[in-house]
Amino acid sequence: MTGHVHSIQSLGTLDGPGLRFVVFLQGCNLRCKCCHNPDTWDMQSEKQFTPQEIVEKALHYKEYFGDKGGVTLSGGEPLLQPQFCYETFKLCHAKGINTCLDTSGNILNDNIKKLLGETDRVLLDIKYTENDLYLENVGCSLEKPLEFLYYLNEQKIPTTIRQVIIPTINDNQNNIQKLNKIVENHSCVDKVELLPFKKICQTKYDNMKIEFPFEHIPTPTKEMMNKLNELLK
Amino acid sequence: MEHTNWNGFKKGVWQDEINVRDFIQQNYKEYTGDDSFLAGATERTTDLMNKLNELFKLERQYGGVLDIDTATVSSLTSYSPGYLDKEKEIIVGLQTNRPLKRGVNPFGGMRMVRQACEAYGYKLSEKVEEEFKFRTTHNDGVFRAYTDEMRAARKCHVITGLPDAYGRGRIIGDYRRVALYGIDKLIEEKKKDKANRATGNFKTEDIRTFEELYQQITFLGYLKEMAQMYGFDISQPAKNAREAIQWTYFAYLGAIKEQNGAAMSLGRVSTFFDIYIERDIENGVLTEVEAQELMDDFVMKLRMARHLRTPEYNELFGGDPMWITEAVGGMGQDGRTLVTKNSFRVLNTLYTLGSSPEPNLTILWSNALPENFKKFCAKVSKDTDSIQYENDDVMRPIYGDDYAIACCVSAMKVGKQMQFFGARCNLAKLLLIAINGGYDTTSKMHIGPQMPVMDTLDFDKVMERFQIYIEWLSHLYVNTMNVIHYMHDKYAYEKIQMALHDTDVERFMAFGIAGLSVVADSLSAIKFANVETIKDEDGFIVDFNTTGEFPKYGNDDDRVDLMAKDMAHRVITALRQTPTYREAIHTLSVLTITSNVMYGKNTGATPDGRKNAEPFAPGANPMHNREENGALASLNSVAKISYDDCRDGISNTFSITPEALGRDDEERVNNLVAILDGYFAKKAHHINVNVLNRETLMDAYENPEKYPNLTIRVSGYAVNFNKLSKAQQREVISRTFHEAM
Repeated sequence: MTGHVHSIQSLGTLDGPGLRFVVFLQGCNLRCKCCHNPDTWDMQSEKQFTPQEIVEKALHYKEYFGDKGGVTLSGGEPLLQPQFCYETFKLCHAKGINTCLDTSGNILNDNIKKLLGETDRVLLDIKYTENDLYLENVGCSLEKPLEFLYYLNEQKIPTTIRQVIIPTINDNQNNIQKLNKIVENHSCVDKVELLPFKKICQTKYDNMKIEFPFEHIPTPTKEMMNKLNELLK
Repeated sequence: MEHTNWNGFKKGVWQDEINVRDFIQQNYKEYTGDDSFLAGATERTTDLMNKLNELFKLERQYGGVLDIDTATVSSLTSYSPGYLDKEKEIIVGLQTNRPLKRGVNPFGGMRMVRQACEAYGYKLSEKVEEEFKFRTTHNDGVFRAYTDEMRAARKCHVITGLPDAYGRGRIIGDYRRVALYGIDKLIEEKKKDKANRATGNFKTEDIRTFEELYQQITFLGYLKEMAQMYGFDISQPAKNAREAIQWTYFAYLGAIKEQNGAAMSLGRVSTFFDIYIERDIENGVLTEVEAQELMDDFVMKLRMARHLRTPEYNELFGGDPMWITEAVGGMGQDGRTLVTKNSFRVLNTLYTLGSSPEPNLTILWSNALPENFKKFCAKVSKDTDSIQYENDDVMRPIYGDDYAIACCVSAMKVGKQMQFFGARCNLAKLLLIAINGGYDTTSKMHIGPQMPVMDTLDFDKVMERFQIYIEWLSHLYVNTMNVIHYMHDKYAYEKIQMALHDTDVERFMAFGIAGLSVVADSLSAIKFANVETIKDEDGFIVDFNTTGEFPKYGNDDDRVDLMAKDMAHRVITALRQTPTYREAIHTLSVLTITSNVMYGKNTGATPDGRKNAEPFAPGANPMHNREENGALASLNSVAKISYDDCRDGISNTFSITPEALGRDDEERVNNLVAILDGYFAKKAHHINVNVLNRETLMDAYENPEKYPNLTIRVSGYAVNFNKLSKAQQREVISRTFHEAM
């Protein structure tokens, strides 16, 4: 069995605790208007690796992981390749490597539940707290990630909730209050990260000759990010 | 032996023999706490530093040199005492009679001194010209003995930067000995060594040693006189922290007055000083604030050290460096850490006085270092980009726990080992010479064994050919170095520095290679891709048409990384075939300083796709922007080069943006510690760490006046960015910055 891989980052510091070996998987079923990796949408990729190959590579970095770091599967949407992810994480655990899954949480089935059984931490996107915004800017309903979160809570899987702050869309107090509510109701969530919307992905859109839907939206100011972070509980 | 100035110290063999290590081991107090005890700068320190910053500014405005005394040959007692501010200074002593004024030191060679004076609008005085008219300099001696082939290798730049016209440096006197024992005891011991040798057979080596001992003893006397001029009697051991620092500094000052060696490194003094500081604090005669002041003043003096260089020299070693390298931290052989409070204080000077390239603060990193110290180092790196790291766990088993670093990455036991510095050969150029059958297309010179130009580049045949040229160059390189160091010993012997070594000293002969990553990628291209040669009208290969994929060094891919490792192994193995002057041990470094720009300029296009004259990557770094799997993959590639092959060091310069290191300061510190722990657990040797954005450098390139103190690590040392040439600045900007995805 092989997984479709977009790229590998040997030094990941932003996708999970400690230093992470991050595998960006190819393919996504959503089309978020703020997406900064449009080059991972397509399911087909040049690079394919077996779980064994991935873990063998990751083992080159074990000395850097310390007691917190490990492997993160990101994307694209890793949930589209649940069997590959499951095998990879299982092998990681056999080698004593911490596992982390970075996902939008819009699918949940038995294969994915099996994968979550081998997952030490989930980085879950709650992109918006309004269903309308989800439908308009993501392509699925808010219910999907919430259902996913409900399951994570049931299984007591440590979870980080992440949200990209996009000026004029979700840079408001109301949104943070709703996010706080969601966190309150799920004790598995021990961390919330608000990420500033960025536009360095513009060149990727240009290269692919497609339009970046949020091209016109400004990036948030430091002050705005600080203010919203203060509102977090 | 007993001395009242040693009251309160634990006894040991150090009292009966010259043995600073034993003194340290018996008396130091390890510190595992955090940085919260540190004091800030006092008003006195700030005033003094402001004054110094004004002088630095003036020096820049004067084109890099504030003033030159063209009439006095630099030596220990040739200038009257100089001060920055006599009332305020607590550690005193300048190289000349005024701060930042440079002396002339023609013992290495007259031509360099003349040119340097002229480059800054001065003229070497008739007096000095007259004085040296009938003297042989080191440079004169070398060129008397150079063969035609040695001259040719030098001229076509296949061996470059050799210390044949300037002081070789890279020798660390054990300056602490002056503080611990006082000059009289050191003279007495050297006299004993001389007496013990008086009855044996007198062969060349013995006669040389005998004369050297005479010079050492004489110069220890001059050192005492020099201190006397500043009102200090250093004949006896130092009695408190201030004296210990002052005595040690006098010894270092004597060395830089006498020698203008390329790298004049300090050694390992912080923990030694801590013993005196702790004793004074316990006795209630020193406070933490005062202890920091002492270190601040000492470091200020080191930042004022200057040598007179030519513009050509600056092309090789950009930024006016002195490599006043101080090794900080590390572990002891008994398992205790050598980190003391004073290890923190010396790093704290980067805050109390602001960031600075000198002294070249070098952390001896061990997995077992106290966590608090690791975090403090990472914080200092992140805030100042001024420090480098070397692997104590790899070096300690070889050199014990009282070694230091000369220049950038050269380890040696303090006072027991020295090295003959040998710059480096250009391995990428050698590859081109080899496939062209002994012809260098850049200089248009025939050199080395003469063979037909290769038509097609079959990997095995190229390797076979390359090996022949590696062996040829290695033999020539060792012989050339033998000439240089014979003459340096004869005409520019380091009298003070060697007086502060054991008489039976172990010697290294340090060779070097540049262009390792270019060669590795070129060989990889020849092996895995399709490389067609492009010839000029004379039938020599001047370019390549490379098509297809090939693995590139810097991606943690064994197929090419092991070629880099193998290259280093081949070179040191070949070097060892030729015997060295004074039976020195052959060592090898993968280090370029800033000369990677100049090496590139003198090297034609290479099969890896590098264009004619394009800069090499510095040291052992992968070529710029060929890394596809992120920073750790790049570090892993470098870590594969074996320290056993490269005992003179493997330099790696690592630049990362703050954003890629983590989301907040705490995360960034923890992640940097994890990177260092991991890299060194892989047995890597050295790393320079820069945490900054390319945009900052670009802005500094355009608006230098906005960044008077911007310090960055380059290759084994740190520089003030503004002191680099524009070409060197552009090369630094073009390097890989590891960014967040």
